[in-house]
Amino acid sequence: MKQSAQSVGLTRATANVFTKELRVEFRSFEILTSTIIFALIVVFVFSFAFNPSAADSRRFGAGFIWIALLFASSLMLQPSFTRERTNDTIAALVLAPIDPFAIIAGKLFANFFFLVLVEVILLPAFSVLYNVPLLGIIGPLAGVMLLGTFGIATVGTVFAAISSQARMRELLLPLLLLPALVPLLIASTGATMGLLSDTHELPIAWLAVMACFDVMFFTAAWLFGGYLLEE
Amino acid sequence: MQALSSIGVAGLIGFAIYGALIWAPTEKTMGFLQRIFYFHAASGEVMILAFCAAFIGNVGYLWRRKLEWDWLATAGVEVGLIFNTISLVTGPIWAKPAWGIWWDWSDARLTSTFVLWILYIGYVVLRRLIENPERRAVVSSVFGVFAFLDVPLVYFSIWWWRTQHPPPLITKPGGLAPDMLKVFFFTMGALTALMAILIRQRYKLEVVRHTVAEMQIEAEYRNDGGGL
Repeated sequence: MKQSAQSVGLTRATANVFTKELRVEFRSFEILTSTIIFALIVVFVFSFAFNPSAADSRRFGAGFIWIALLFASSLMLQPSFTRERTNDTIAALVLAPIDPFAIIAGKLFANFFFLVLVEVILLPAFSVLYNVPLLGIIGPLAGVMLLGTFGIATVGTVFAAISSQARMRELLLPLLLLPALVPLLIASTGATMGLLSDTHELPIAWLAVMACFDVMFFTAAWLFGGYLLEE
Repeated sequence: MQALSSIGVAGLIGFAIYGALIWAPTEKTMGFLQRIFYFHAASGEVMILAFCAAFIGNVGYLWRRKLEWDWLATAGVEVGLIFNTISLVTGPIWAKPAWGIWWDWSDARLTSTFVLWILYIGYVVLRRLIENPERRAVVSSVFGVFAFLDVPLVYFSIWWWRTQHPPPLITKPGGLAPDMLKVFFFTMGALTALMAILIRQRYKLEVVRHTVAEMQIEAEYRNDGGGL
């Protein structure tokens, strides 16, 4: 991280990497389509495995949603760095006169955006298939989803950068990512469960845990993420 | 010196076993099985010490870029995992008579110790999948920092539900009997000494591996006629 090399500001560099990620993805829609289909399959499979009643769905639905998202993200986040390595474009990115964190941050926000798109499809499908009305709680639910998704994207992007440098990277990412996301899974499931219950109350304590998780790991990514891109 | 310290630690562990199994008074309600507590709780504490050493190694490497820090980190993680495993195995053995169940997911300490175990197994697996020593050191250091930061969050998020782990009553009056307290602190000291010498040995192994790797590179260089 040479000071003189940072001729482009962090915000602009992040925005550039972000738009580049979006452009690459929107040319082929490879990652998005397969992730959306995968998330839907997970939700389908749950219904066959548990055969839930309407009351069960309200009780366990939160867990279904977050596990589907967690599995889908461990699949989706992998290509954000491996795609760069197969084409050797990561070298070009690293050589650019920008703060290395801009690369991580750009990819992080792009992954966050992709995951939100997946949720936009997943949640209505879940609502219809499991007979759980979500329209009345759409505002607070969106807040919970965004906080949780940001946490997944933050740790997931850094861990994708980690696992992309090892052998057997496809196997490695879920192995590292899922245990690290345990606190986020507990908090976001807890918050969503509160919203889906009959009283529709939003547990503030869980939101605080999620916000804590997001801030802590985004700071850690900012402090240490750049090291992962040294060549 | 090395042999002496090993014999010393072996003696300490022997005394600790004697203290825990024979010398300490038998607990009234839980009976003989309560004696597993001395090793269970002490390995939990020593595990935390070893993982702290690993964290210092991780941050130290990212800061100083000397492989020695990375060796400390890997030694800390592997030794910490040993004590982590001990506390995970002895926990359910004690939980069965104390709580009536082997495992309880809503208990913060038990479950977070388990998450910790999986996280650091991931650390060890990650290191095996990267060949280049410098790359391995950077990547595993960043992962180590993230794993360590995760621990308090894991603990508090599980604790938020409800917890039935016996709270730390050790030093409060009405907690442990004085003789039990003596045995507990002695066991903790013995296990800490064991941890220190295991970390030292593991660190030395890493030094030897590094030297061998360098000699291999040099030998290959000479075989290729590069020395001419």
